[in-house]
Amino acid sequence: MSDDALPGGERRQLAPPVDESGALGWMRKNQFSSWGNGITTVVLIVAVVWILSGFLDWAVFTANFTASVGSECRGGGACWALIREKYRYIFFGSFPYEQHWRPLFAVIAMLTMLVTSADRRMWNWRLLVIWGLGSFVTFLLMFGQIHIPLSLFLTIALVLGGIGMNLRKAIAEPAEMNAYRALAAIGLVGLVLRITGILPAWSLAIAPFSYVETSLWGGIPVTIILATYGLAFAFPYGVLLALGRRSNLPLIKGLCVGFIELIRGVPLISLLIMASVMLPLFLPSGTTIDKFLRAQVAVILFAGAYIAEVIRGGLQSLPKGQFEAADAMGLNYPQKTLLIILPQAIRVVIPPLINTFIGFFKDTSLVLIIGIFDFLNTANQALVDPNWAGFPGEVYLFAAFVYFIFCFSMSRYSKYLEVELNKGTRR
Amino acid sequence: MLNKFLAAGIAAATIAGVATAAYAGKELDAIKARGSLICGVSTGVAGFAAADSQGKWTGIDVDVCRAVAAAIFGDADKVKFVPTTAQQRFTALQSGEVDLLVRTTTYTLTRDTALGFDFTGINYYDGQGFMVNKKLGVKSAKELNGATVCVQPGTTTELNLADYFRANKMTFKPVVIEKIEEVRAAFFAGRCDVFTTDASGLYATRAANAPNPDDYIILPEIISKEPLGPVVRHGDNQFADIVRWALFAMIEAEEYGITSKNIDEMMKSDNPTIKRILGVTPGMGKALGVDDKWVYNIIKQVGNYGESFDRNVGMGSPLKIARGQNALWTQGGLQYAPPIR
Repeated sequence: MSDDALPGGERRQLAPPVDESGALGWMRKNQFSSWGNGITTVVLIVAVVWILSGFLDWAVFTANFTASVGSECRGGGACWALIREKYRYIFFGSFPYEQHWRPLFAVIAMLTMLVTSADRRMWNWRLLVIWGLGSFVTFLLMFGQIHIPLSLFLTIALVLGGIGMNLRKAIAEPAEMNAYRALAAIGLVGLVLRITGILPAWSLAIAPFSYVETSLWGGIPVTIILATYGLAFAFPYGVLLALGRRSNLPLIKGLCVGFIELIRGVPLISLLIMASVMLPLFLPSGTTIDKFLRAQVAVILFAGAYIAEVIRGGLQSLPKGQFEAADAMGLNYPQKTLLIILPQAIRVVIPPLINTFIGFFKDTSLVLIIGIFDFLNTANQALVDPNWAGFPGEVYLFAAFVYFIFCFSMSRYSKYLEVELNKGTRR
Repeated sequence: MLNKFLAAGIAAATIAGVATAAYAGKELDAIKARGSLICGVSTGVAGFAAADSQGKWTGIDVDVCRAVAAAIFGDADKVKFVPTTAQQRFTALQSGEVDLLVRTTTYTLTRDTALGFDFTGINYYDGQGFMVNKKLGVKSAKELNGATVCVQPGTTTELNLADYFRANKMTFKPVVIEKIEEVRAAFFAGRCDVFTTDASGLYATRAANAPNPDDYIILPEIISKEPLGPVVRHGDNQFADIVRWALFAMIEAEEYGITSKNIDEMMKSDNPTIKRILGVTPGMGKALGVDDKWVYNIIKQVGNYGESFDRNVGMGSPLKIARGQNALWTQGGLQYAPPIR
């Protein structure tokens, strides 16, 4: 009987040999398991250290953080003083300098809106409130003054009433249905009266700040607005296109297929050039549509076509039984689509959908070819200043870093959504 | 190819669309009613039009816009700048998105006629030039026989280069590189003796990309004509006159030594020409349809042509462009303004 034996026949637990556990063991097992692997490890470590030390030397140790003019930076490492001098321009463009707090808070409002609406618990009527409020604050800060015409209120009433009437049919209490009907009726009658000119052209004016037009907007708010509202509008539009493409009505199907194929067949740049160069020539002289709005619409149309094809993939993956079961329960088409089909279809296509979103977030920088100063373009502008010219590396690294933060958060969010929405099917 | 196609399309659309009667004051009235001038500038060319760290536009093109605003409103700040790209600039002017285009645009016959525009003057005489390292000891392009020259392929620059060397019975070895960044890198790395492109581009490259800008010189010879100037659309001759004379006023003020610093003393001058220019003897502004103190407002707020040149592209700026062809006619240059009389 050895000393190792304990009463009850148990054996003393010995720690594993030093070279098989801990960091050392891990390294032995994974990095130095054979001569070949060992040499590869050493070579790669040397390469990484060499590159990293060169980079750190440039980016940190010999970098200049304090120069007051570009020529003082020459010959040394990175010129971060350039970013220090230009960061406000890069972030906010030509927005009046003393009022930069406005785009700052607009960006904060938009990010808050996006982050809160990313939470699944908000996916109900709250989403409408969040977006309504967030968009209102954003555009109030950016424009400084907002005039909401009466017809917009009436349109909203009509749309809300219409959605309620269709979606809650045979589910809602009669009182609720009556409320929807009343809302729709007020909206419809009001709009007719407004168009015929019986109701006056009244508008609600909210004007706490000085007015700043879109041509002065620039930098990160432009990028976020173009991407957020581009995708927010393109998504329902893309869903409609995808549904239309699967429609039994030949006209609707033909229109949707034609639109999708036409848009997918041309590059975004040509669409933007059409919107900014050709469109004004067709309008009567003197009427100009805001350039920013034109770009926004072009982005929406373009993104819509791509999203439609992604969604269509999801729709096709659903078994026919789901459609038939919904029909058998007596649901009408909007109910069937919104309650049964789309939730399942969209869940399937989340990874490609987020992929499309990330692509479009970056594609928005193409608006620079029509002279809109998004984030990448204001960064470009920082390079033009002759006092600070000649440091493209620093500026692009900075821009890349900011883009990375946005795109990486989106991709993490997609991961979270996949887990969250597949709880029911995960084993 | 695409550009050519677009340009043709735009030209065709314009010829169809610009059959409007030319009557005076229509544009000017709209500008006055709006309370500000809308000026199309480039999306960022150092010294010509670029936003500074505070988002304010500066440059010699920008100064022309400001001068026009000063003439019309008495306030050089009443102007909005719309950045336009090369493809989009002419449509922006045709469609009325901008009132005036001052965007390093070369004055040519087709642009002045078929596109439905009027060039009102030339605020910068550009043209192809040569940059060399000082170490070569070259003082003139005529001494460049046998040099290796960095140039972009398929451009007018390349053709001009060949023509110039042939005309002067010299030979050269071209180093043809497609991308402009790589051409610059090749030149500063010493792969070629000479770098050639538009002179303004040479100065900008020297300021921005040279390891030490003082090591390089731009030779005095300019071998092509690229006159850049403000453009308005057909339709309002009075507005075109104001744009034309706002630039002339800046040039004329430099000729008579009127600067933003000494202008208040100049108001007391006995020289009848200066009195006429500054509106002390009234009449000039009235003829133009603006306030009689229009030149005073321009020079006081924007400066004369020489001040604007020096501040934005000349010796007072990092670009350090020599006056060269842009000197006044009295100093051997081409800048010449008709008399304000």
